[in-house]
Amino acid sequence: MRITQGTFSFLPDFTDEEIEAQMRYAVGNGWSLSIEYTDDPHPRNPYWEMWGLPHFDLTPDQIETVMREVRACREAFPEAYVKVIAYDAHYGRQTSALSFIVNRPSVEHGFELERYEDRDRVIRYRMKHLREKIGTVEIGNQPMRGADPASNGS
Amino acid sequence: MSPSPVPAGSSLEKKDRWSAGVTPYAEMGYYDADYVPKDTDILCAFRITPQPGIDAIEAAAAVAGESSTATWTVVWTDRLTDHKHYQAKAYRVDPVPGTDQFIARIAYDIDLFEEGSVANLTSSIIGNVFGFKALKALRLEDMRIPTHYVKTFQGPAHGIVMEREYLDKFGRPILGATVKPKLGLSAKNYGRVVYEALVGGLDFTKDDENINSQPFMRWRDRFLYAIEGVQKAQCGSGEVKGHYMNVTAGTMEDMYERAEFAKEIGSVICMIDLTIGYTAIQSMAKWCRANGLILHLHRAGHGTYTRQKTHGVSFRVIAKWCRLMGVDHVHAGTVVGKLEGDPNATKSFYDTLRDNFIPENPELGLYFDQHWASMPGVMPVASGGIHAGQMHQLLHYLGEDVILQFGGGTIGHPMGIRAGATANRVAVEAMIQARNEGKDYFQEGPDILEKAAKGCPELNAALQIWKDITFNFESTDVPDYVSTPSVGY
Repeated sequence: MRITQGTFSFLPDFTDEEIEAQMRYAVGNGWSLSIEYTDDPHPRNPYWEMWGLPHFDLTPDQIETVMREVRACREAFPEAYVKVIAYDAHYGRQTSALSFIVNRPSVEHGFELERYEDRDRVIRYRMKHLREKIGTVEIGNQPMRGADPASNGS
Repeated sequence: MSPSPVPAGSSLEKKDRWSAGVTPYAEMGYYDADYVPKDTDILCAFRITPQPGIDAIEAAAAVAGESSTATWTVVWTDRLTDHKHYQAKAYRVDPVPGTDQFIARIAYDIDLFEEGSVANLTSSIIGNVFGFKALKALRLEDMRIPTHYVKTFQGPAHGIVMEREYLDKFGRPILGATVKPKLGLSAKNYGRVVYEALVGGLDFTKDDENINSQPFMRWRDRFLYAIEGVQKAQCGSGEVKGHYMNVTAGTMEDMYERAEFAKEIGSVICMIDLTIGYTAIQSMAKWCRANGLILHLHRAGHGTYTRQKTHGVSFRVIAKWCRLMGVDHVHAGTVVGKLEGDPNATKSFYDTLRDNFIPENPELGLYFDQHWASMPGVMPVASGGIHAGQMHQLLHYLGEDVILQFGGGTIGHPMGIRAGATANRVAVEAMIQARNEGKDYFQEGPDILEKAAKGCPELNAALQIWKDITFNFESTDVPDYVSTPSVGY
């Protein structure tokens, strides 16, 4: 099972060069970049954990820095879903402009659909993410920050 | 309706404005070359084709008169009002070079219209005049809706930004398909198409405009099987999916009942047809805002009055009304597909639906600046005869904020519906990747697709079967290229 959220999930996983190319496009449009990760990729989970704050006011030569952060996040949570988000703060938009997955767990367990029969032939559905206890991504009371958020560079 | 206005050079002696009988509309104040439109006025651009011998200015004044306060003869009761305030004024009439047509600009005071009612706006402006005998033909080309009036409407139930956040889909066109055959499938078979298309990679499937509640499939059965397809596809992909449940019915009560049921079973979206009428559309938009469903509008029937260049209402005006009425989606043409759609005219529709400010540009048929005062945008829908092999053209002409609907282009795929959906999704993602990487995707489009197809047999098959399919017919509804007439009257 492959979760197909994000702008490019139907293409082969991007190389780091391809990720950087998308970041260049974003920076060229004046968008900020941020990194988020999760072990709960339910499509109705809008709040993945933030890997630091968004990177604003980027110049093209700073793309490398953001890419380093992507690698750091992957290393901290190799079994997590990680995505890069380009955000457009312009008036009239003020929302994500691009969002794509840059890391996946080695095995994607997918979801289970539970059905409950309600009255008048209506079925109630519950979709549950099948995650294994993998030990590396456990988001508890405090958001995880990986190895050391202070050393996030930039 | 009234008799003809006075022909040019008529022997009718000039009479006092207020004496009983017939006074030319222009002399009654419905033409005023010196009038400076107010920021609050509603402005219209009409394409007027007068009958032979009818003066263009008098024809324009007649349109202004009949779409505001006038009747065919002088009435003394006008004098009980501040009549000049309520009179529409034709203030500019320009010939369209090389034709017998004129573009007349007419200003209407905002007081003529009820707040928040497209029914009232249209009853005035297109209510009576289109059958006027003195005119051979009449077309409403554009309408400037002042922000003061815009602000009296709810606007889109959600709008483009909210819809994208709700669907968690960014940076690419949304993909859909209309279930085919549009008529005859049983509910269970219908849900199969929904499931296959969504799990294969599309974001939405759609009821067709004429699938309501017929003997072969009643609405409630369709909704139940469709939501099963949606839920299974969400589970199989981890993505938000939807099926436009068409709630179009004979009465508002039936539509509310169907919409309530769509909501109860968890649909993210419902759908109506333009044929239900402006007031019903506004009611459904209000309901969708209150109940959290995205509202899709199919423009069923519009071709009867939007297509011909000299008579009817341009779709760019209908697009403005749709935004006011509050739909989240509306079909707006494909340029490359099977249905009418000149590139410039289509661009004017898309800009009108999506942008916050659309500048006057007669080459696109936009006769006025239009400010939307932050009213959210409507997602245009491209549907009808499009396929994966055109992805570079679709992205070039239509942009990113669009729903591309591949009905035949999904369901007609030789390897099956799921494969058809995958082909479309891979094609759009590959094209977006190439565009963002700075490639000249419009020129290199076929190569980009072929390269993507190397790793995707589904796309490869789609390209093979449809590569030569184009719909190159001349458009009937095209803007005037010599658009700003040289001589003003």
